[in-house]
Amino acid sequence: MNRVVIVGASAGGLATAEALRRLGYAGVITLVGEEVHPPYDRPPLSKQILAGQWTPDRLALRGQAEIDALNLDLRLGVAATGVDVAGRAVALADGDHLPYEALVVATGVRPRRLPGTDGLTGVHTLRTLEDAMALKARLRPGRRLVIVGAGFVGAEVAAVAQGLGVEVTMLEAAPVPLGPAVGDDVGRFLARVHLDHGITLRTGVSVARVLGEAGEVSGVELADGSVIAADDVLVAIGSVPNTEWLAGSGLTVHDGLIADRYCAAGPGVYGVGDVVRWHNPLFDTAMRIEHRTNAAEQGMAVARTLLDPGRPHPFAPVPYVWSDQYDMKIQIYGYLRDHEETAVIDGDLSGASDSRRFLVAYRRGDRLAGVIAAGVSPKLLRGWRALIAAGSTWDAAMTSAAA
Amino acid sequence: MKVEIDDVKCVAAGQCVLLAPEVFDQRDEDGIVVLLDDQPATESHPAVRESALVCPAAAIRLVEP
Repeated sequence: MNRVVIVGASAGGLATAEALRRLGYAGVITLVGEEVHPPYDRPPLSKQILAGQWTPDRLALRGQAEIDALNLDLRLGVAATGVDVAGRAVALADGDHLPYEALVVATGVRPRRLPGTDGLTGVHTLRTLEDAMALKARLRPGRRLVIVGAGFVGAEVAAVAQGLGVEVTMLEAAPVPLGPAVGDDVGRFLARVHLDHGITLRTGVSVARVLGEAGEVSGVELADGSVIAADDVLVAIGSVPNTEWLAGSGLTVHDGLIADRYCAAGPGVYGVGDVVRWHNPLFDTAMRIEHRTNAAEQGMAVARTLLDPGRPHPFAPVPYVWSDQYDMKIQIYGYLRDHEETAVIDGDLSGASDSRRFLVAYRRGDRLAGVIAAGVSPKLLRGWRALIAAGSTWDAAMTSAAA
Repeated sequence: MKVEIDDVKCVAAGQCVLLAPEVFDQRDEDGIVVLLDDQPATESHPAVRESALVCPAAAIRLVEP
């Protein structure tokens, strides 16, 4: 193999390129990125960048010398517009055609938007550096920010904005924020942390429309007709995979690029990162993971398979994600979606104490599917991760927790 | 190989400790990385390189001759 094209120059695409070089691949690597920036890190956007603790130069995933050493054919600021799977070539927006032997699709996701908000100043989404800088410039003491969606992005921005003196209202359609993701007990606990910090949280409400005056956002109208005034509105209602450029290619797309346990999506085509829905054999489930850690691990797994096609490597990770909210670092190992039971292993979720320390385990079928924790020792957490990685039964995990 | 860590960037994911426990550990109170060996033995190099690659905070830097 002598020609790899990687479309997507963020964490997943970069990790794939880096792993290929580390494993000794000396052929051509073309790395295509729609953004003009060299690969940069996104998790700090809703944390240190928004809070003003870091300047954007700290986001670079690698220094210029490290990027140079990878000897890439780097195409930044240009989008891929199509792929000819049978002919093994990618078309770029600038008219160029890139032949490949292996194609890695790492185009990520973009934020879902609310209809009728285009061109309205003060309506934000958060995915890129430009998004973060635009929002940051508007967050000042006394201003009113309405956040639509109380997921992790919404919650992190709420915490930072509140710390900057902004008056924050969070709107959530579900009765409990993050309920489907982490369960109602943990969701209610996290909601209470927001309320304790002075955030206004309204659950079970849906947004009818975003209001504007003279091109500037003025508020949000709810389905019941009531209006919440706002200087800024952050729309944080999930993401859409960037797969439009694959239309007509014959590759299967269904809320992400569909791939097998080796992350293979078609002849010579692999998926890496947020964009791909692959079959994780550890959980025997198709999953699409929008986590920073997954992008790097998946890039490494795909690089190994590309260089050793006779011995493809199933990608069977324990997903991991963290979220910083106020003084809490929430950590999740495993796959909590579709869980059937939770057990509080440590701490107290009732709100009776001020403690922010907790560890909750999740069951799916007869298996330990995951844990969520804050404030517990890393050693303890690694023990739980090892149980998940080993496919421990729920009963065995509960017995070892009680020991 | 010389290993450098940025404990301000570190997000306490602990991926490095899973891969190379002889080189990395985590502080008990907040999970931030602790470098046990800044010039690890040759047999640890592949695991250390993998740690640098997957670190979700890009907080591990390797200086290789």
